[in-house]
Amino acid sequence: MDTLLLSRIQFGANISFHILFPTITIALGWVLLFFKLRFNATGEQKWMDAYMFWVKVFALSFAMGVVSGITMSFQFGTNWPGFMETVGNVAGPLLAYEVITAFFLEAVFLGIMLFGASRVKPWVHTLATFLVAFGTTMSAFWIIVLNSWMHTPQGYELRDGVVFATDWWAIVFNPSMPYRFIHMLLASGLTVTFLIAGVSALRLLWGDRAENVKSTFRFGVITAAALIPLQILAGDFHGLNTLEHQPAKVAAMEGNWETGPNVPLLLFAIPDQAQRENHFEISIPNGASLILTHKPDGVVPGLNDFVAEDGTLLHPRVAPVFFSFRVMVGTGMAMLLLSWAGVYYLRRYGAGDMPRLPLYAFTAMSFSGWIATLAGWYTTEIGRQPWLVQGLLTTKQAVSDVPSGMVLSTLIGYLVVYAVLIVAYIAVITYLARKATRGELATTRNYARSGEAEVAALHPGE
Amino acid sequence: MEIFGDPAVWLPWTFAALMGLSILIYVILDGFDLGVGLLMPLADAREKDRLVASIGPFWDANETWLVLAIGLLLVAFPTAHGVILTSLYMPVFIMLIGLILRGVSFEFRAKAPLAQKSKWNAAFFAGSLMASMSQGFMLGMYIMGLTWTWSHIAFALLTAVFLTVGYSFIGAAWLIGKTDGVLQARAVGWAKGGIWGLILGIVAISLATPFVSERIFAKWFSFPQFFYLSPLPVLSGILVGYIWWQIRRLPQEHDRRAWGPFSAAMALFALAFGGMAYSFYPYVVPEKITIYEAASAPESLFIILIGTLFVLPAILGYSCLAYYIFRGKATDLRYD
Ligand code: HDD
Ligand code: HEM
Ligand code: HEM
Repeated sequence: MDTLLLSRIQFGANISFHILFPTITIALGWVLLFFKLRFNATGEQKWMDAYMFWVKVFALSFAMGVVSGITMSFQFGTNWPGFMETVGNVAGPLLAYEVITAFFLEAVFLGIMLFGASRVKPWVHTLATFLVAFGTTMSAFWIIVLNSWMHTPQGYELRDGVVFATDWWAIVFNPSMPYRFIHMLLASGLTVTFLIAGVSALRLLWGDRAENVKSTFRFGVITAAALIPLQILAGDFHGLNTLEHQPAKVAAMEGNWETGPNVPLLLFAIPDQAQRENHFEISIPNGASLILTHKPDGVVPGLNDFVAEDGTLLHPRVAPVFFSFRVMVGTGMAMLLLSWAGVYYLRRYGAGDMPRLPLYAFTAMSFSGWIATLAGWYTTEIGRQPWLVQGLLTTKQAVSDVPSGMVLSTLIGYLVVYAVLIVAYIAVITYLARKATRGELATTRNYARSGEAEVAALHPGE
Repeated sequence: MEIFGDPAVWLPWTFAALMGLSILIYVILDGFDLGVGLLMPLADAREKDRLVASIGPFWDANETWLVLAIGLLLVAFPTAHGVILTSLYMPVFIMLIGLILRGVSFEFRAKAPLAQKSKWNAAFFAGSLMASMSQGFMLGMYIMGLTWTWSHIAFALLTAVFLTVGYSFIGAAWLIGKTDGVLQARAVGWAKGGIWGLILGIVAISLATPFVSERIFAKWFSFPQFFYLSPLPVLSGILVGYIWWQIRRLPQEHDRRAWGPFSAAMALFALAFGGMAYSFYPYVVPEKITIYEAASAPESLFIILIGTLFVLPAILGYSCLAYYIFRGKATDLRYD
């Protein structure tokens, strides 16, 4: 295999591993703030217990996110030097703003959020929790700005093949940014709510009837049920936006070869890039036209429009885009069904007397957010190929010239470490849930709520 | 002001200074917490928890200085960034794996079942070792001009060992300040064992640097530059003497001077770093690319500079706040 392909696999592997953890920390930060505020408002111990359990998951995910993120920031230099040399004038400031406005905020206040509860006033601790949540969201914002700019670049000019920024407003608010940012935040929210519902369901299955378990289960199910319709709506808008700016990607997502009206929505098919046709199609007539143009005879772009005179393909590989899009949407539909069914069961039975079947289903879907998120990113990113920055820089032009053997050996190294860590991560979360079910995690300390007398909050040397 | 006349001159200079500053802060801050990781095998089970507790609230923010430094290199000197990182591909990989192992072990060792704790402690040590060694190696390769010859590799291996021992020294110095009782006494012993790494490292680099490049040789040994540089070795000598003298007399009653070795070690790192910066200026890739050739467009640098000027003081401020909140001797780490 050549350096290009290996570097792509390596980058893909690293970012896929990295994104798992931001997806959790972005929304979990806000959820923790919510638990904390509920506790401040009601004084009910169950909210503090919920906070104490989930803050451990947060800390673990955060550490995984930080270390894999550091790897990401080196990847640009080690594997894609052409990227920075060409678009550095745009990418650089965006990454710099991410570091100075977001990373330091999260990293510093994380310490106070995790270990400071007994050292600072309660409101400072709440504030630290807020700042950490805000920091993760800010960093998601900046990186999504950069990523969206790579899909829909504007606000720049080319001088001697190098990009120079002309309009920062246009760069930051590039056409696909709002859609991608919202879709990603909702993805994070769904991932976290399904994780919370899933782990709480597991504890309910194990017979844990503690108040905090019932509350977090309710919280997870209801929030997920509220978020998923929004996500489907946001996804639809996102697709329309992509149709406007990256028609080749949409053609691959739909598996549509010929441009034309009355294009069916393919529920299943096996796209064949060599024959340029689909096998085993199962479809809904006019579906794709309806979704993308809101008219049964609306025109949908076809892949055959994106082949150059000499036969070189100007569209991405079809099968991966086609299938990952279906995995994402399929997972989304499963989420819709399950979370709404969950709300129904909650009304009917309450969290404490849930039948086992929905509990098993929620446990099984604990990490479904990860699957949908990864599938979504694969759709987006593979759909952009052969471009690295749409219309400006191809992936091939950016790759470094390190020997392929070196890339291969480091790739294997990363994969081994990541595999071990993923297993350890899931195992430890399960173990923490076990321990909590046995009642070993409950906190022994009494907390002051905001406004109550602050007991010796700051004494030196503690 | 003359130097502010041309943004293509003062902006790269400012960014080189900012980048240098963040590397220096990184080396000192992550230096001590990597060093504490290196000392893990020397401590017994309960002490291990104390060691981790002494750096728990800080390590993440410390590592962020590395992200800032590499980010500034990337944004301000994109061409140099590519050249440096592709030629250091392997050591960077080893460092990253090290940082990954270390960062996650912090969490796993406390949360995994007790039976697995020793494994995560081992991973914590191994990660710290990989990160320190590879950083020392990269330092050596950088001084040697980023060319892979056997003699350069040999020199880089030497700096790798010295930096690692140097880190464990500053780690021990941190522990002297952060702990008390038996553990503090042991930390003093570790510091005695580690000081030579720091000294040999500085000496080795000082000896090698002028001989790698005629330009640096001329910069060091011609008049009047010689006099500008001479305070550096003199001050360093004084600091080494001070540390040497201090550690023999620690711990003292009422914990007096417990922070002496750490402060002096910080100053020593800063001096050594200043010397290097002086020697290599104006090059960012030694003898190949100057900061002025590698710099991004002034427009882009300017937009970052504005943000940095506002945000950097805030970052420094709340970092100090964190050290203030977690001041005093390290106790067990608890979430509640
Ligand atoms: C949508 C969200 C998102 C995406 C697409 C990325 N990241 Fe990320 N990153 C985060 C969201 C995030 C976060 C939520 O802010 C993290 C995760 C956990 C954490 O501690 O912060 C983070 C951590 C994190 C860190 C460690 C920060 C620290 O020291 O605190 C670095 C250096 C990066 N990221 C760099 C990158 C790069 C170079 C990416 C792209 C190629 C990237 N991230 C994609
Ligand atoms: C976080 C979720 C992301 C995931 C899961 C993801 C995944 C991927 C995948 C699978 C590819 C390979 C496509 C192919 O080669 O066929 C790719 C390409 C790429 N993406 Fe992303 N990406 C993500 C976010 C980002 C962000 C935020 C950036 C930049 C700021 C980025 C920059 C790139 C670059 C430089 C490439 C080209 C290298 C390559 O082709 O592998 N990606 N990404
Ligand atoms: C079920 C209905 C959904 C629709 C119609 C939909 C639509 C889309 C579309 C069209 C894209 C590609 C954007 C592009 O062209 O670049 C996309 C990307 C993505 N999707 Fe979805 N999506 C849905 C559900 C989900 C769910 C449930 C999740 C996660 C929980 C998710 C997470 C993502 C992510 C992370 C991306 C990549 C980032 C981005 O481009 O926004 N999606 N989605």
